[in-house]
Amino acid sequence: MTDLSMTTPQNPSKTGSNLRKIALRWGLYLILGVFVLYYVMPLYVMITTSLKSLEEIRTGSLMALPRDVTFDAWATAWSGACTGIQCEGLKPYFWNSVLMAVPAVALSTFLGAMNGYVIAQWNFKGANLIFSLMLFGCFIPFQVVLLPMARMLGLMGLAGSIPGLIFVHVIYGIGFTTLFFRNYYVTIPQDLVKAAKVDGAGFIRIFWSIFLPLSLPIIVVTVIWQFTQVWNDFLFGVSFSQAGTQPVTVALNNIVNSTTGVKEYNVDMAAAIIAALPTLFVYIVAGKYFIRGLTAGSVKG
Amino acid sequence: MSDWLENHLPKAVLAPSFIAVLIFVYGFIAWTGWVSFTRSRLLPKYEIEGIIQYERLFASPRWDTAMNNLLLFGALFIVISMVLGLLLAILLDQQIRTEGVIRTIYLYPMALSMIVTGTAWKWILNPGLGIEAMVRGWGFESFTFDWLVNPDYAIYTVVLAGVWQSSGFVMALFLAGLRSVDEEIIKAAQVDGIPTWRIYSAIIIPSMAPIFLSAFIVLAHLAIKSFDLVIALTGGGPGYATDLPATYMYAMAFSRGDIGQAASSAMVMMGVVFAIVVPYLYSELRPRND
Repeated sequence: MTDLSMTTPQNPSKTGSNLRKIALRWGLYLILGVFVLYYVMPLYVMITTSLKSLEEIRTGSLMALPRDVTFDAWATAWSGACTGIQCEGLKPYFWNSVLMAVPAVALSTFLGAMNGYVIAQWNFKGANLIFSLMLFGCFIPFQVVLLPMARMLGLMGLAGSIPGLIFVHVIYGIGFTTLFFRNYYVTIPQDLVKAAKVDGAGFIRIFWSIFLPLSLPIIVVTVIWQFTQVWNDFLFGVSFSQAGTQPVTVALNNIVNSTTGVKEYNVDMAAAIIAALPTLFVYIVAGKYFIRGLTAGSVKG
Repeated sequence: MSDWLENHLPKAVLAPSFIAVLIFVYGFIAWTGWVSFTRSRLLPKYEIEGIIQYERLFASPRWDTAMNNLLLFGALFIVISMVLGLLLAILLDQQIRTEGVIRTIYLYPMALSMIVTGTAWKWILNPGLGIEAMVRGWGFESFTFDWLVNPDYAIYTVVLAGVWQSSGFVMALFLAGLRSVDEEIIKAAQVDGIPTWRIYSAIIIPSMAPIFLSAFIVLAHLAIKSFDLVIALTGGGPGYATDLPATYMYAMAFSRGDIGQAASSAMVMMGVVFAIVVPYLYSELRPRND
């Protein structure tokens, strides 16, 4: 393709086509704007609904701005809303999710880094087969492991507990974390390891002083990916928890579908935003890494 | 001695994860597969009885609905997300000044839990106070938009919310693809006076074939695993109208106490994923074995 680089693109600028260009440009922005509205609308509705009183929700319109802003729904969602028979709000479940996500993310990231390092840099017979088997584990529908896992957690004495949920998230997270680190570490030339070996450095030393310092970007990507996965999980949460150990997504669903009393839409919306805040925050602060994680699993190279 | 240790350390580091995957992925699949051939009900039994569970499964109207829903939901979800994602990526690739902001807005739903997405759309779509009530409030008294509670249309609300959640991600995939197309080819085509739409349809889009495949795999995978979105949005209802295989499996496992049905439906889901993912993984991994 390099032989074409000598030619320069022509730029036909006549007044007629200029006008057409401006019209096209406006059309373009219009379409993009319409889709901005489509994506923003649910968030807008959630926020405005959460700031209205129930009275105003019943009499007003879905899209209207709140006439009297009130944070009562937020207070209720945080510490008073009922999930079934208990009425403690989201607060305890929010902390359950934190207690579950932090160790699960740390452990699975650490294991992924070690596995990726071995598979990418310490080629031994069967390493690629092991990698393929682990990778396939990322893609199974988790329904296929729900029943035996429920029994296994029971046997291990972890049934319905937060350590049980941590265990499950680590086990089914290492496929992806290994993939991330492996794909990152294969780009580092193997001569580096060879040279370090000649200098007398061992397996752990090479990881600690050569690979780890290079790993910050992929650690960020992996931590964000795992955190989003674990925080947003519902299937494992609802299958392997019991009253008191449920993660925030399960509690949110219980609040929304709680049949006792009046339906408090403003509380539902406030609770939904609270449950979404941590991952939204991560996305806004580190969006670049978030996207890289999303695409890493699906785009080759 | 320390040499021996040093030589085997890499394997020793990998071993726990590998063993865990062998047990908790492959061993568990085997367990579920085994139980799917037994008469297990409330408790698992281990005597093989043949394909009785699969016969029950395929004779069940509820499973039939779930599979039909998966087909309909999956097809619409994948096609609409891909078309919308490609369109938005192409539009965003026209040197838009506010691209960063717009991209952020298109993609943020991907950061949300499906439970949050379902909760939000459930409120927006509820006929009593949502969009229907709003449009009626504008003076269109006979306007009806009751898809959420209409058994014939409820599945389309799942599509609507699913597309909202995932299309931004597809856009990001395609945008990365558009940016990696060789600019020299495009310049050359422009010099030759080829109209822009032809450049896209004949050069750029065909060159992104691998990305179409990736997007398809990811979306198909999301569709088959869809569980939380249905639970939060419709709860599988009205009736069983929006049941998917994932919700069927969960209902059998945890509320109906029918382990045999749960296992066999999980194995069918596994088979569908297998049929889609294995050829893809095979083609992805092969050229890398250098």
